[in-house]
Amino acid sequence: MNTKNKTFKWLLISLLAISMFLVGCSSKSNEKTGGKSANGSQSKKDTLVYGRGGDSTSLDPITTTEGEAFKVTENIFETLVEYGDQDTTINPGLAEKWEVSEDGLTYTFHLRKGVKFHDGTDFNADAVVFNFNRWMNGNDEKFPYYSMFGGYKNDEGHVIKEVKAVDEHTVQFVLKRPQAPFLKNLAMSPFGIASPSAVEKYGDDFRSHPVGTGPFKFVEWKQNDTITLEKNPDYWKEGLPKLNKIIFRVIPENTARLNALANGEIDVMDGLNNSDEETVKSNPNLQVIERPSMNVGYIGLTTTRKPLDNKLVRQAINHAVDKKAIIDAFYGGKAEAAVNPMPPSIEGYNDAIEDYPYDLEKAKALLKEAGYENGFEIDLWAMPVARPYMPEAQKVAEVIQESLSKIGIKAKIQSVDWATYLEKATKGEFDMFMLGWTGDNGDADNFLYTLLDKDSIGSNNYTHYSNDELHEVLIAAQTETDQAKRNELYKKAQEIIKEDAPWVPLVHSTPLLAASKDVVNYLPHPTGSEALTKVEFK
Amino acid sequence: MLTYTIRRVLSLIPVLFGMTLVVFAIIHAIPGNPAQVILGQRATAEAIATLTKELGLDRPWYIQYFDYLGQLFQGDLGTSLRTRGPINEEIWPYLGATFELTLVAMIIAVIVGVNAGIISAWFSKSWFDYAAMVFALIGVSMPIFWLGLMEQWVFSIELGWLPTTGRENVRDPVTSITNLYLIDTLLQGRTDQFWTVVQHLILPSMALATIPMAIIARMTRATMLEVMKSDYVRTARAKGLSMFWVVYKHSLKNAVIPVLTVIGLQTGLLLGGAILTETIFGWPGIGRYLYDAIAYRDYPVIQSGILIIATIFVLINLLVDLLYVFIDPRIKYNK
Repeated sequence: MNTKNKTFKWLLISLLAISMFLVGCSSKSNEKTGGKSANGSQSKKDTLVYGRGGDSTSLDPITTTEGEAFKVTENIFETLVEYGDQDTTINPGLAEKWEVSEDGLTYTFHLRKGVKFHDGTDFNADAVVFNFNRWMNGNDEKFPYYSMFGGYKNDEGHVIKEVKAVDEHTVQFVLKRPQAPFLKNLAMSPFGIASPSAVEKYGDDFRSHPVGTGPFKFVEWKQNDTITLEKNPDYWKEGLPKLNKIIFRVIPENTARLNALANGEIDVMDGLNNSDEETVKSNPNLQVIERPSMNVGYIGLTTTRKPLDNKLVRQAINHAVDKKAIIDAFYGGKAEAAVNPMPPSIEGYNDAIEDYPYDLEKAKALLKEAGYENGFEIDLWAMPVARPYMPEAQKVAEVIQESLSKIGIKAKIQSVDWATYLEKATKGEFDMFMLGWTGDNGDADNFLYTLLDKDSIGSNNYTHYSNDELHEVLIAAQTETDQAKRNELYKKAQEIIKEDAPWVPLVHSTPLLAASKDVVNYLPHPTGSEALTKVEFK
Repeated sequence: MLTYTIRRVLSLIPVLFGMTLVVFAIIHAIPGNPAQVILGQRATAEAIATLTKELGLDRPWYIQYFDYLGQLFQGDLGTSLRTRGPINEEIWPYLGATFELTLVAMIIAVIVGVNAGIISAWFSKSWFDYAAMVFALIGVSMPIFWLGLMEQWVFSIELGWLPTTGRENVRDPVTSITNLYLIDTLLQGRTDQFWTVVQHLILPSMALATIPMAIIARMTRATMLEVMKSDYVRTARAKGLSMFWVVYKHSLKNAVIPVLTVIGLQTGLLLGGAILTETIFGWPGIGRYLYDAIAYRDYPVIQSGILIIATIFVLINLLVDLLYVFIDPRIKYNK
């Protein structure tokens, strides 16, 4: 009996020792303080840790289409023209000013003088020419976003005829035909100008040794863990950047990332769940930051498949989806019901169009007119992944299934892995399916032509919707350089699409971020990536 | 002994061969074209077709397989489709992170598990025995996902003792030499960083240790109960040896063989990467590397990653078999 007691005593003592050890450990950490000066005295915080869900796949922005990559490269590279802080208006960037010829075929850019790349070499007209030549000689796999200019050097659709250096600080683009969104394209993150000497030095490895002109310089990349950038002391914008260091850190799980934020290990977190918004708001040390919306989530109705080839059936389905209920339940009210295939923040949005109201009687009447009085069975495909415009696809699908059942349509919810999902959608193998889109350059063309023109069947027009009248309007808008006239054309296009109803446009969602309360001047950009040039701690 | 070891190592070769074939067959059987995933939602059909061709994915599978084997023989694990980096270089930090976490988790699991098992057997049918076995049952069936988040909530947010996620204090990063931060920090004489690394290891290793700990405790208890019923234990007691001595020296030595087998298997499993633990604790380990690779249809990474993990698994089991000889001299491998 004696030994027994002794053993228990030992057990207790060792438990106590372990907990003492844990407590002892905790006091030594300086994890929760942003930055300490070298001598250890407390100074103003100047290191920002940005927590996000996934790692970059490349730090050479032109080699990827992934949003996570641009979140970092936006800080390292700069483009000739820049978007506004929180919109897609065009502002001077590496080019101070520019002129466009009458015919819209020649763009002359006057470059900023005295700008240097992080490796000390000069930024000049030759560097711009070098970058564009590098990109146009690539292909879809190497430089995927370059196709925004209509293809690559030898492709018929390629709009850039020539890029030439007029003098050291003037560069001229000659186009084969006008491209209305040309300037908006130039402002996209992938077209950040890289240091030619660094590209030559590192070759393929440039993707892990990025050198640009931006506010921050690349320091280190620990894959799937952290990417560290430090202040570019020679940055051309006076007094900027405010931060000394940015560390991008991967924490895949949203709740764990929020825990890390609450514990002070990170300062900003991307991808806050709508359902966690209240938790953040109730914490006096944290704040919620809203990203302006530039996306659309929708239900595609494949127009080549029976019975969806009947316009009346598509309209009936439009009447049967209760968008408000979906937004309240799954977006925490933080989304706007979508009427058109593009968000209202984009120029050319037609706000005169009225949505098909949620009206089951009307829906039944339309089905009857179409000859489907007794309804039908159909597959409804739900995305297997979460996207800002569709955080909980399965659950949204269940709500839609329920609504459809009320008008006699028996929808069977299906899903498959993401790669296969996109493949099948491209081939038009789905009946009804959920998908969405986040804009690339903030131009209406990037929504309407990319997603619904007949030219895009086989790529992003997953409903295989084809309308010749719409095609003519969209092509006219692509070559028209007068923005007011373009807007009219896009308004017309939205009317045609509304009538044909190839989609049920669902939502334009507002992605949420959370940050520690002392972070100021964090201005999220609608494209999903922003330079943290002005961010600082209070 | 030596010939046995050599024989075992040689027998690894067909095993690994078979494995490459199985892995290859499985990943090529699952749907989803890597070219589609690489080019993303924005790709055109022609671009996908061109890339499929460029990656050689349009060739018959056996040609792709032999190509892969050929590379492998030259010590080339291939190039990641996702990051375009050589897997030979890329995989080490991930393996290091997983190895460090596994090591600490297994140390916890073995120390706590074996002792809990022994004490349960020693005082069988006492309240400790019942409590320990209930805990073990809970441990085996614990959803790690939930456990991890609860740990973060209690130890980080409520008590403020430990960091929630990651391997290091990112504001004061460790300079990596061996990819094992415990060692790297000591090599550089940074004891302050060493303690931070230890702190970061505690929560994930506790979560990771739960299941093996429970399995080890149950196994130890079962075999100890068996051994302690045997005659020689009674004799030892009758000769007046203290119970502690009898249990920890005489009984344990005979009970340890099956326990060791379980430890070996569990270590192998954990080294394969614990995707849940790594995800919740933001641990940059091999499990997440492979998980991302699967989501991305990154064939070379999946193939080579699984091959390496399988090799480690088989080697650990070989090591366990060899350890038997040292623990139990009655076991002889040479005929």
